[in-house]
Amino acid sequence: MNAVVHLSAPRFRGPDLKELVAKTAFGDQEAFSGLYDAVVGPVLGLVRRVLRDPAQSEEVTQEVMFELWRTAARYEPQRGEVLPWVLTMAHRRAVDRVRAAQAAADRDQKAAARSHVPAFDEVAEQVENRLEREQVRRCLQSLTELQRESVTLAYYRGYTYPEVAELLGTPLGTVKTRMRDGLIRLRDCLGVGS
Amino acid sequence: MNAAPDPHTLTGAYATHALPEEERLAFEQHLAQCPACAQEVAEFEAALARLGAAESGRPPSGLKAAVMAGIGDVRQLPPLTGPAERRRGTSRPARQWPKLALAACLALATGLGAVAVQQHDQAQRARSQASSLREEQAAVTSLLTAPDARTTTTASGPAVATVVWSADRGQAAFLASGMPALPQGRTYELWFNDSGTMRPAGLLPADHGQLLLTGNINGAVGVGVTQEPSGGSAHPTGQPLMLLPLT
Repeated sequence: MNAVVHLSAPRFRGPDLKELVAKTAFGDQEAFSGLYDAVVGPVLGLVRRVLRDPAQSEEVTQEVMFELWRTAARYEPQRGEVLPWVLTMAHRRAVDRVRAAQAAADRDQKAAARSHVPAFDEVAEQVENRLEREQVRRCLQSLTELQRESVTLAYYRGYTYPEVAELLGTPLGTVKTRMRDGLIRLRDCLGVGS
Repeated sequence: MNAAPDPHTLTGAYATHALPEEERLAFEQHLAQCPACAQEVAEFEAALARLGAAESGRPPSGLKAAVMAGIGDVRQLPPLTGPAERRRGTSRPARQWPKLALAACLALATGLGAVAVQQHDQAQRARSQASSLREEQAAVTSLLTAPDARTTTTASGPAVATVVWSADRGQAAFLASGMPALPQGRTYELWFNDSGTMRPAGLLPADHGQLLLTGNINGAVGVGVTQEPSGGSAHPTGQPLMLLPLT
């Protein structure tokens, strides 16, 4: 499988998301409805992946949708595609929620996580699109183990990098650079960016 | 502001939202002045979005109805710049990248500034400082969105400075990070370089490294920075610490 699937060359053919965001910014509810349909699946999937709890995931997804409606005018088309913008928003909210919960049940969660460092295979669960799944899997596989664990623990579990360092028993500076190195590899493998 | 020894390496942790709050705020200040970092962050976010999108789930049936019913009560934010300052279409997307990134970073920093002030509930003085900072940032952000806006960056020791300018508007702004703190009674002064003659362009506020330069560019060939007595000087009293060409 050599084909590099670019984020801008989609998967999300069909509605022009940039146009829908532009219309949403003017209060066009019909455009927002189309935008909702296009992004709600990935948003919910990502939020649920981070939070695990279905009820909370639904709540956060709803918050993300309100934020999307509220901030549509702040979207900069030249900065990048719509989906990364929305998913960055969704991830931020999911992580905030997870940290609030962690403050309460910190010790238990860390102990549980230590026995459950996510395997990269798990990343590909619940995927509708086989091609996308294959490519994400292949690209995650191209990372070193430490790079992969650093990225996935932060992204899918909502851990801060000092927490990741503690979990992996690795120095802080190493985790920082592995996250960046891992993302550079991932970016290049996925054919994202310039 | 240098909380981390080498902030460039934090792009990955930032994009995965893995920075503790304090480091995040410090990094965002750096990000506002590092277009290369901002671009890297955007690319990481796009890559991570692919991981996120691969998780796609099926939403419960009632969710959409709840969202559509709820948006009626959610007030939409206005765009960051007025209609007159809108960028023209999608021309030159590649060349516009750095200043757009800067604009986004500034916008973020502005919002965070407001939140930080609220959270710490500091004295009235802090509030008015933050609000003047916001106005300054709004002016700089608006300049960044000028269709002909250009940027130039230079480093001097720990300090990194960027000048953004628009020949059409005749305006320039100065953004710096890591400027060494000055002793009591001293200040950084900005100058327009009129082919060798330095024209005063304002004093850099002590609490943040950002200034919309006073006066029109008027054909100036560069921007300079010197250290002067508080209140500034009419002519530079020492060698320029930095010179940035407006070409």
